[in-house]
Amino acid sequence: MNAEEIEKVAHLARLGLSEQERKAYAAELSRILGLVSQMNAVATEGVEPMTHPDEAALRLRADVAIPGVSRERLLAGAPQTERGLYLVPKVLE
Amino acid sequence: MDWETVIGLEVHAQLKTRSKIFSGAPTAYGAPPNTQANVVDAALPGTLPVLNREAVRMAARFGLAVGATVHKRSVFARKNYFYPDLPKGYQISQYEHPIVEHGRLTIVTDQGEKVIGITRAHLEEDAGKSLHEEGEGVTGIDLNRAGTPLLEIVSEPDMRSAAEAVAYLKVLHTLVRYLDICDGNMQEGSFRCDANVSVRPRGATRLGTRAELKNINSFRFVERAIEYEVRRQIALISGGGTVRQETRLYDSVRDETRSMRGKEEANDYRYFPDPDLPALVISAAFLDEVRAEMPELPEAKRRRFGEEYGLSTYDAGVLTASRELARYYEDTVQAAGVDPKLAANWVTGELAARLNEAGLEINAARVSPVALAGLLRRIADGTVSGKAAKDVFEAMWAGAGDADTVIAAKGLRQVSDDGAIEEIVRQVMAANPKQRSQYQAGEEKVFTFFVGQVMKASRGKANPAKVNDILKRLLRD
Amino acid sequence: MVGRIKANGALNAFITVAEDLALEQAKAADEARAAGAARPLLGVPIAHKDIFCTAGVRTTCASRMLADFVPPYDATVVEKMRAAGCVTVAKTNMDEFAMGSSNETSYFGAVRNPWNQDRVPGGSSGGSAAAVAARLVPGATGTDTGGSIRQPAALCGVTGLKPSYGRVSRFGLIAFASSLDQAGPMAQTAEDCAHLLAAMAGFDDRDATSLDVAVPDFVAGLRGDLKGLRIGIVKEHFAEGVEPRVLAVLRDALREYEGLGARLVDVSLPNSGHAVPCYYVLAPAEASSNLARYDGVRYGYRAEGYRDLEDMYKKTRGEGFGPEVKRRIMIGTYALSAGYYDAYYVKALKLRRLIADDFTRAFEHCDVLAGPTSPSPAFALGVKNTNPVSMYLNDIFTIPINLAGLPALSLPAGFVDGLPIGMQLIGRYLDEGRLLNVAHKFQEVTDWHARVPAGF
Repeated sequence: MNAEEIEKVAHLARLGLSEQERKAYAAELSRILGLVSQMNAVATEGVEPMTHPDEAALRLRADVAIPGVSRERLLAGAPQTERGLYLVPKVLE
Repeated sequence: MDWETVIGLEVHAQLKTRSKIFSGAPTAYGAPPNTQANVVDAALPGTLPVLNREAVRMAARFGLAVGATVHKRSVFARKNYFYPDLPKGYQISQYEHPIVEHGRLTIVTDQGEKVIGITRAHLEEDAGKSLHEEGEGVTGIDLNRAGTPLLEIVSEPDMRSAAEAVAYLKVLHTLVRYLDICDGNMQEGSFRCDANVSVRPRGATRLGTRAELKNINSFRFVERAIEYEVRRQIALISGGGTVRQETRLYDSVRDETRSMRGKEEANDYRYFPDPDLPALVISAAFLDEVRAEMPELPEAKRRRFGEEYGLSTYDAGVLTASRELARYYEDTVQAAGVDPKLAANWVTGELAARLNEAGLEINAARVSPVALAGLLRRIADGTVSGKAAKDVFEAMWAGAGDADTVIAAKGLRQVSDDGAIEEIVRQVMAANPKQRSQYQAGEEKVFTFFVGQVMKASRGKANPAKVNDILKRLLRD
Repeated sequence: MVGRIKANGALNAFITVAEDLALEQAKAADEARAAGAARPLLGVPIAHKDIFCTAGVRTTCASRMLADFVPPYDATVVEKMRAAGCVTVAKTNMDEFAMGSSNETSYFGAVRNPWNQDRVPGGSSGGSAAAVAARLVPGATGTDTGGSIRQPAALCGVTGLKPSYGRVSRFGLIAFASSLDQAGPMAQTAEDCAHLLAAMAGFDDRDATSLDVAVPDFVAGLRGDLKGLRIGIVKEHFAEGVEPRVLAVLRDALREYEGLGARLVDVSLPNSGHAVPCYYVLAPAEASSNLARYDGVRYGYRAEGYRDLEDMYKKTRGEGFGPEVKRRIMIGTYALSAGYYDAYYVKALKLRRLIADDFTRAFEHCDVLAGPTSPSPAFALGVKNTNPVSMYLNDIFTIPINLAGLPALSLPAGFVDGLPIGMQLIGRYLDEGRLLNVAHKFQEVTDWHARVPAGF
């Protein structure tokens, strides 16, 4: 992985990385991708991808509204709140 | 150059479930911020989604109603992006394998009927709301809406004018309310529309580059936004420019669309199947249940009204615009036992006008179907004239009681007694010998003069049909 | 108990000691006992891996991101174990977000192996394994995404079971890789694990992947004898790359089984060699998405001194996550991104199917599979954490089981250089009862599980 790819992926994942981290990750991730590329040795034409270990159908829930935790408890751990709202730096429209 | 407009619509309909699509939090609109969100909606660590059966049922009902395939197997995926009102950092949405595909909807325009293809409809969760007026430099996040079930309904690019797009939207809007899956409230955002608009020289087979118009929250704005955008694109291309594929925001105040360039950074949503949710499998039995509870659909109802009640296409269309209005009409017809056309005239005429004036929905009409039927019977049996009936209706609307009570109280009973009318006719003839001679000499138009005089003398209460008959007989004597 | 935990801080096995809660729950247990209650786990102190949400008790996932996070709810596992009478005494240390095989990625520092404090305890449930090995608690919970219960159990000389996917609810278990994560018990013996699993297992309507099937009586199931049991010996697990003395320990253990009436059968898992690459696509891919919720908005860490929203996100996540977590988020994001999705993610899903199918075929010839849990005994602290790939290869024998969703158990089978060696038993889907039975019978005739590290 080159610096440009590291930059792009770090942005997609919203990870702020130091210069040092970028360098280290470029090397490490390349090694990991090397390991991962061993998969290419296996022929998988016609194999159905397996997304869940259990092939059972999705179980559904009855449409019942139940009271949850109070707003105070829900917001208790939030870094910044005001009048019952979570606050974040201004989102530019 | 002659241009052709090509429009496809994406509608987000909020489903009318009691609880959210993946959590048990209630879905009430307008509650204080963050009181309708639970730990799942706020994406607290370790919380998991569990799918609401009712949302699935509603999506399947829609699929059946538009003649689509309701897939036995569909898959929820994660659409990954960061936004403060998207608590998990991904939206759960159906992507590669939607629940509904390949449907169609018939619209009626000035050019007649047209079938619009429905590419797909899929289930997904709504995001929360970002409130930008919270103060200097901050945005407030309210998660009450987060997790509300949405059915995203995507049409084929089959519409060729803003008018067709509006017609499609209206048919769709009527349908989702008929199906009782969405309240259709556009102001509250329960029924939202994005439009993909492009233009091309007429006759061209390839589609032009499209712009996606967002934030259109009324039928009128859909029309205006599309019309503006079409003008913009034609002017742009005619001037040697090219249309960019982009998202544009409709500004209803300035009546224009604006590029959202700031948000056009290369989005890479990294969709993948949600590992918390195995594939959704719909059994034949489930689908049978949904089919069994399917109401009569607007199109079928419109055709039936035409055939059963002998109504014009227009009247049948107006009366089936909502399930409630259609029910009101049918209740009236059944209670009255009168000509369905008379009932149709009254429901689309006087009643609609009153509702409109008062800004009321049909369910809040101050005259019930049974009461209206009572009045219609009195018109049919000649007790009141059509003209007097309007006064009776006005009084009934104001709460003066049923038709018979009002007719009696106001003395509006029509005079249909032959003897009484003959008496008045004789008096009028005696008072106007000259006109009588003219009539007898062949001046037929004098007849209307006599009708007017008789009605006047009866203070409008004489039965006009009888007046005609008796005048014709006596004037010749 | 709390005293012993506090006195053994050098192991760093715990992140939080829930002293008040423990006293309160112990008192309730005493009262229940006085009132005539006699449940097997009544009053038994246990420690929960700090990945399970505990209402009112901070739950960190060993991350700076959640260093002060206090959940308003209990995980289903926590709730069920309390209902069974267990007393929660502490939250155990672990690799950050369960990402690691040595417990060195914890924001709260590495855990030490009670058998040799210069060695790692394994990971990610290293704190639970070390606490049980040092006899600080009789039992603990763990989670296992690629071996995180079994590998530390092996390296610390305790018994640990990863149940079948879906057997134990994941609600309240902080997600690492949702299609692989499974919670399970860690204790000295298979018998204790049977009691703990009985309390943990069962259907939960808050987890759509929880199985709505009856839970067998694991304790009653311990008694059956092993005559005629077919134990599959996986050819690929007795090959190069495994420390020869580990294999020798395994061969001795298998002879014990033959003595108990079991028959050894040769089987092969031809695709299991691809499990590590497959896993290092799938687990990071899921993790990259699962960890997107840590954005500094609703709970957890938020950085200071940001310019705008974008900067807040990046600083928060850059500072709040440790290096291994960031590494995996990067890999996972990359594997899911446009242009790479088919080559990495879909390819890995197809391999996953092949790997799972291998097990189905192998179980046509045998009832359980046996082999080493880990290719070597506990390695020294600081040796592998500089090379992710060599660290990842540690889990070569445990990862395929998670990909297939099967149950597997690690039990003490001997020692090499004074360090415990684990034997892994793998079962058919939902056959954890048999695994517990097979392990229990071994523990009736051996005492590896009863050995206690010096000083504890």
